[in-house]
Amino acid sequence: MSWSRFLAVLIKEFRQVRRDRLTFAMMVGVPIMQLILFGFAINSDPKHLPLALVDADRSEFSRSFIAGLENSAYFEITERPAGEKEGDAMLAEGIVQFVLVIPPDFSRKLIRGERPAMLLAADATDPAATGNAIAAINAIGQRSIGRELAGPLASLRPAEQPFEIRIQRRYNPEGLTRYNVVPGLIGVILTMTMVMMTALAMTRERERGTMENLLATPAKPVEVMFGKIVPYILIGYVQVLVILVVARLLFDVPMVGSLALLSVVLVVFIAANLAVGFTFSTIARNQLQAMQLTFFFFLPSMLLTGFMFPFRGMPGWAQAIGEALPLTHFLRVVRGILLKGNGIAEVAPHLWPIALFMAVAGAVALLRYRQTLD
Amino acid sequence: MSAPAAAAIIDVHGLTKRFGDRVVVDHFDMRVTRGRIYGFLGPNGSGKTTTIRMLCGLLTPDEGEGTCLGYDIRKEAALIKREVGYMTQRFGLYEDLSIEENLDFIARVYAVEGRAAKVKATLERLGLHSRRRQLAGMLSGGWKQRLALAACLIHDPQLLLLDEPTAGVDPAARRDFWDEIHDLAAAGLTVLVSTHYMDEAERCHELAYISYGKLLTQGTVAEVIAGAGLVTWAISDGDLVALGHALRAAPGIRTVAPFGTTLHVSADDEAGLTAALAPFRSAGLTIKPIEPSLEDVFIALMQGASDNFTPPAQ
Ligand SMILES: Nc1ncnc2c1ncn2[C@@H]1O[C@H](COP(=O)(O)OP(=O)(O)OP(=O)(O)O)[C@@H](O)[C@H]1O
Ligand SMILES: [Mg+2]
Repeated sequence: MSWSRFLAVLIKEFRQVRRDRLTFAMMVGVPIMQLILFGFAINSDPKHLPLALVDADRSEFSRSFIAGLENSAYFEITERPAGEKEGDAMLAEGIVQFVLVIPPDFSRKLIRGERPAMLLAADATDPAATGNAIAAINAIGQRSIGRELAGPLASLRPAEQPFEIRIQRRYNPEGLTRYNVVPGLIGVILTMTMVMMTALAMTRERERGTMENLLATPAKPVEVMFGKIVPYILIGYVQVLVILVVARLLFDVPMVGSLALLSVVLVVFIAANLAVGFTFSTIARNQLQAMQLTFFFFLPSMLLTGFMFPFRGMPGWAQAIGEALPLTHFLRVVRGILLKGNGIAEVAPHLWPIALFMAVAGAVALLRYRQTLD
Repeated sequence: MSAPAAAAIIDVHGLTKRFGDRVVVDHFDMRVTRGRIYGFLGPNGSGKTTTIRMLCGLLTPDEGEGTCLGYDIRKEAALIKREVGYMTQRFGLYEDLSIEENLDFIARVYAVEGRAAKVKATLERLGLHSRRRQLAGMLSGGWKQRLALAACLIHDPQLLLLDEPTAGVDPAARRDFWDEIHDLAAAGLTVLVSTHYMDEAERCHELAYISYGKLLTQGTVAEVIAGAGLVTWAISDGDLVALGHALRAAPGIRTVAPFGTTLHVSADDEAGLTAALAPFRSAGLTIKPIEPSLEDVFIALMQGASDNFTPPAQ
């Protein structure tokens, strides 16, 4: 490996990136945009869902229940249709997320101990949107109607549980999605931009006709690879810095762990992704194919690593794929460092899989790199 | 002619390259000695670029072996690359880097001593010093070629491989270019240059003509012309267009080509020409025997070569 040739490629890459203003702006702009989208717009515990109420009972019980609903913050009564049919039409149109029908004889049957039913119809096309609200409604019913069943009616009250379960939400006491999502975004954004940039970096040489010239020079594969990878490691650091600053200022995400430790893990993680991108660039014939390969890698990284969906909720085969991806381990590390304040001892078990991935991807990239045009 | 003992800069035998089952270069031999300008001619798709790529280690030959600068073209490609300046057919420098940055990159990749001074000197010699910050992509075609040539020379190579270096360049710039090539050759540099221009072919010390991957002829301009054994007549006056059409179909005629107000007609011998022209003798034609030009020779060679062209498989 020659220092001069490595520097030659490195400086050239830097100059090209700097000149490509749009790409450069995107590499800083995309993290900010994604942060804001995921931080503000994407919420897996939605509140104030619109509900159409058909209260045919109009009793103390129904009024108390309705008050309970409104207090829960999960529901907001936006419509009061005349009957069930009209309510169903609203649900079908998507005006409301729920239709609640309290039948006319609800309170009478309740007092007689006949276990009457009210109907909550939910638009469950997106289960994530309705899941928590549905879980909440039972508790609301017990609390509000139970309160009304006093005096002679106390015998109708459901028996209290003989014990209590106390739940502690650690590291994220308010259960804020963004505490989980924002550190994860560091990994997701790095995966996308790093793989894509390197995958494009080599295919661009091929497409623009500069590859032949580059191959005709004495530059060796290692020199070209490192020369092309190092600038993007620095760009990756800039991205992380942007994300951390925005996460701190806009979302108050706690950062209890060591940022120095995080930056060590970052090098390995970024290099792993760059090696993947470099491998792709040896396969793709043009920039479009390079983009497609990037997404081929990016999708499982989004879906199977515990970024979008809880890792432990996935079937075994999906977890196995997830374990092989560097993002899975990086997510554990970055959440551990930022939210839990993990140190080197807790981080190390997740660091070596990333390093192993990097070594394998780098070796494949170097093996596939052709020094000829055959 | 140089003595056979003179150092062979390029010496290859039986070089063959196939893409799929199509033979693109077919048992090609070439020997170029130091300080010579060697012209490489042939129709489109005849395998010139492919041959040049094999010489500098960018393609591995399927058969054949040889040396370039004394290094084995199969095993010592890395050593060859250091001492060769290769100018690709398509502009191969970075259009999004400035002129100076491109030269700087090349100088660093070849680990040139005294890089900054060398780059500056090159810029000044090209007359591009004031425009050094301009992006290479903004240059006109002729300037791109000058820049590419300067980039090939920055590491003082022993051998220049130039693949159609003057395609699309105006005559004055081409003349400057060839003057420079001759100066470099006089200083000991060996040059292999592919071209489609006959006037450039005539400026070379030696020529090789390749068609469908096969070497058809090689030698000095005089040797190539003599070797073809053509007899050429220049015909003027009369209805040359009609005559041309009629002669093209006539047996024994190798080439018919209009040159301004004359028609060059070539055949393998005088008898053939006389026979073919007999029916038109009455038309008041003026006939003058001339020395066949390189172009006459090449067109005759090309038409004699077997046609193995198949459209490239996608
Ligand atoms: N990588 C490749 N794969 C398949 N076929 C190829 C490849 N490179 C070249 N060819 C084919 O080989 C033949 C010779 O190509 P080459 O570029 O060597 O011709 P050339 O003499 O340089 O032509 P031109 O004068 O047009 O530049 C062409 O028909 C071309 O289609
Ligand atoms: Mg060519």
